[in-house]
Amino acid sequence: MQTKRMTFPGRWLPYALLAPQVVITLIFFIWPASQALYQSLLREDAFGLRTTFVGLENFVRLFGDPLYLNSMKVTLIFSLGTTLLSMSLALLLAVTVNRMIRSRSSYTTLLVWPYAIAPAIAGVLWWFIFNPSIGIVPYLLDMLGYRWNHRTSGGDAMLLVIIAAAWKQISYNVLFFLAGLQSIPQSLIEAAAIDGASPLKRFWTIVFPLLSPTTFFLLVVNVVYAMFDTFGVIHATTSGGPSQATNILVYKVYADGFVGLNLGSSAAQSVILMAIVIALTVVQFRFIERRVNY
Amino acid sequence: MVENRPWSNLFAHLILIAGVALVLFPVYVAIIASTQGPGQFLRGTLPLLPGGHAIDNYRAMLDTGLSRAGAPPVGLMLWNSFIMAMAITIGKLAISLLSAFAIVYFRFPFRVFFFWLIFITLMLPVEVRIIPTFQVVANLGMLNSFAGLSIPLIASATATFLFRQFFMTVPEELLEAARVDGAGPLKFFKDILLPLSITNIAALFVIMFIYGWNQYLWPLLITTDPDYYTVVMGIQRMTTAADGDPLWHLVMAAVVMAALPPVLVILFMQRLFVKGLTETEK
Amino acid sequence: MASITLEGLKKSYDGKIQAVKGIDLEVADGEFIVLVGPSGCGKSTLLRMVAGLETISQGELRIGERRVNDLEPAERDIAMVFQNYALYPHMTVFDNLAYGLKNRGFKRHDIERRVADTARMLEIETFLTRKPRQLSGGQRQRVAMGRALVREPAAFLLDEPLSNLDAKLRVQMRVEIKQLQRRLKTTSLYVTHDQLEAMTLGDRLVVLNQGQIEQVGTPMEIYTRPATMFVATFIGSPAMNMLPVDYLKERGANGVLDNLPQGTDIVGVRPDDMRMQAPAQPHLVVESTLELLEAAGAESHLYVRLAGSEQPTVIRTSGQPPVAEGETLRFHVIRDALHPFNRDTGQRTDC
Repeated sequence: MQTKRMTFPGRWLPYALLAPQVVITLIFFIWPASQALYQSLLREDAFGLRTTFVGLENFVRLFGDPLYLNSMKVTLIFSLGTTLLSMSLALLLAVTVNRMIRSRSSYTTLLVWPYAIAPAIAGVLWWFIFNPSIGIVPYLLDMLGYRWNHRTSGGDAMLLVIIAAAWKQISYNVLFFLAGLQSIPQSLIEAAAIDGASPLKRFWTIVFPLLSPTTFFLLVVNVVYAMFDTFGVIHATTSGGPSQATNILVYKVYADGFVGLNLGSSAAQSVILMAIVIALTVVQFRFIERRVNY
Repeated sequence: MVENRPWSNLFAHLILIAGVALVLFPVYVAIIASTQGPGQFLRGTLPLLPGGHAIDNYRAMLDTGLSRAGAPPVGLMLWNSFIMAMAITIGKLAISLLSAFAIVYFRFPFRVFFFWLIFITLMLPVEVRIIPTFQVVANLGMLNSFAGLSIPLIASATATFLFRQFFMTVPEELLEAARVDGAGPLKFFKDILLPLSITNIAALFVIMFIYGWNQYLWPLLITTDPDYYTVVMGIQRMTTAADGDPLWHLVMAAVVMAALPPVLVILFMQRLFVKGLTETEK
Repeated sequence: MASITLEGLKKSYDGKIQAVKGIDLEVADGEFIVLVGPSGCGKSTLLRMVAGLETISQGELRIGERRVNDLEPAERDIAMVFQNYALYPHMTVFDNLAYGLKNRGFKRHDIERRVADTARMLEIETFLTRKPRQLSGGQRQRVAMGRALVREPAAFLLDEPLSNLDAKLRVQMRVEIKQLQRRLKTTSLYVTHDQLEAMTLGDRLVVLNQGQIEQVGTPMEIYTRPATMFVATFIGSPAMNMLPVDYLKERGANGVLDNLPQGTDIVGVRPDDMRMQAPAQPHLVVESTLELLEAAGAESHLYVRLAGSEQPTVIRTSGQPPVAEGETLRFHVIRDALHPFNRDTGQRTDC
């Protein structure tokens, strides 16, 4: 890995400069992560008095546990739903904003600010709008003959958290799609127009393929977001319910460990989540490397 | 654009207005709700026009909070959030600048090892190691304290990478000129490198402030004393109560106040925000 | 002010690649030395070793009587002008000039006086409150010079300081640098790949190739008696023509080549020394075909192919000769115009 051509001499200074970050990393990242690894191999008895080494049994149990498998399925649906909804709306908005000349920056401003809203707050906002007794959307749905109730219907609850999570992420996606669109040379689009391609055809044959690096990048980022950053959305609204319908993996780690006090299982779930993050990070980095090599 | 037909422009504006409306809608509803009196929510649906209780609601929340739900005054929680966000932001910037400086401007044994050690933090978000991290903080006696709220979130691979990246683009000759001019490492850092990094620091400041302000799970875990509640997590306590009682007008007033600071930061520093966001994710 | 002594200076990277392979050089106090050579010849590395920006792998470096091998750049009492100027972008011109003085603990009014004097000398007084990005290329170059001058160091080190300027400004600054150095009499080491800059600026030239010195001498010595084939072809434009002795003998040498020094198998002829008129002295005659005529106003370059040879050759004449491309031309070369070399060693054979 590179340094500058010329570097400063110094025996202890570089270590002193690194020390704060390294110490914090060791205490609050490496140590807890290794604890999670260690605890995932232990089991506590019901009273928390004795712990025994059980090897991979916690993992074996998890993969045999219908609740955990359900949580995986729920996470998959939630992540894909959030990613697709948010990205497709954002792409539509970004492409439309990008063709504006004078109003581009005003629309951008109006679209980007939800990035500032915490996932938990986004959850509360939509929870309120969809509130079965006083919410506006259930009122409208009622007129159409649908009785919305996310307290009893798992499907309604899932839709609610997907909408809340996707809503918060639109601004992020719009910004990156806009940046991607602006890096496509205008001359390519003009060349396609001279070649007789209609606007829609130009989009699907020129713009969309050239946007694919951005799209792929956002795909990974959105999946990571939906899997790990949306704890607040779930916790502040459905708390994983009704009957496990929105119990995503991140929420389940918390619920099993903190509420259920099942440390071994929670630690094993942590380890699985870490493996997922590492896999996603590797995918992302492989991809970035490839992009740099273009 | 290649062509500019009036009807397609109109259509484009319609799409964007619908998009903006969708984005604004929940916040609009929240603002409206926060101006209603308590009785409004017993009657079924929420009106779409503001009511006359805005000042009462906001003042009540700022000063007293929802004691029934165990939530302290929003004023206190806003202050706590501000302290936490600032501590996280400044802490992250400081330690990342220093470690990036060490990694780029020095050669020393185990340099690459330390780089990877920092890199690993990217892969270990709090959400995936909740319990052991909580245990560490509890053992250190940092529960219910600002140190506990901020320090564990300070290590940041992202900021270190960004600064490393930026330092690599600083011309070699600046360092050489500074050394001929008699500047040692710390002087070079202070006189040359920091002033040159100022836009990057500002851009990251915006992103990290929002990150810090919006922390939810972590404060939820380590604060049991309402004096240390932050506003984003405090709202969750209120909604639990509000679901039973019709307190939505008060909860929404708190929601608006909780969302306002980071939104203002983005609106007033949009250019820095966009720069920070696009560069941290590169 | 001081002399600079280089004794067996070597630079190797990772103990393998040798960038500088043993340089011995004595730079007198107040002398203006130009290090010249093609890119990658080690001239910049050598300068940076003197500056203290590169470590010295082997050998000794003295500035004045002091051995400075292990001193920090700041402790060597040198100042440097960088190719891209390396002005601190966030500081005003004044602060750029003052920074080195401040770091050395100069008093405030001393700093102000020195900066004012230097600014006056370089005519940059009006820019002192500006930032570098508000200056033109030429103005930045002056500021970079000023930053070196203001310190009144024992030696100036200049690393291709004019290469980022346009042609006209480059000539103007070249003259100014020469005048400035004459006036200040500060020992200077100047690196360039531009032979014209080297010839016009230096009291002495050091021609470097592949990390070694090819020749040290005054500009005229280097031009009139190049010590190696490399120097012969590197200095002078267009480059010296190299003609094999065997070839010339085959074409009839008129006895001109009879008394060449031992070992001579190739002779160099400057493009100016190939005359179209036959001189009175004994001379060689070279027959050739004109392939391209470059008329540059005051002089013309004739690119010709020698009869019975593939060797491209250049001739320089004044004005524009009345010849057409494709024509067969005869050139005449007198004995004194020949520079004898040995092709294997690359060395001049008559010294």
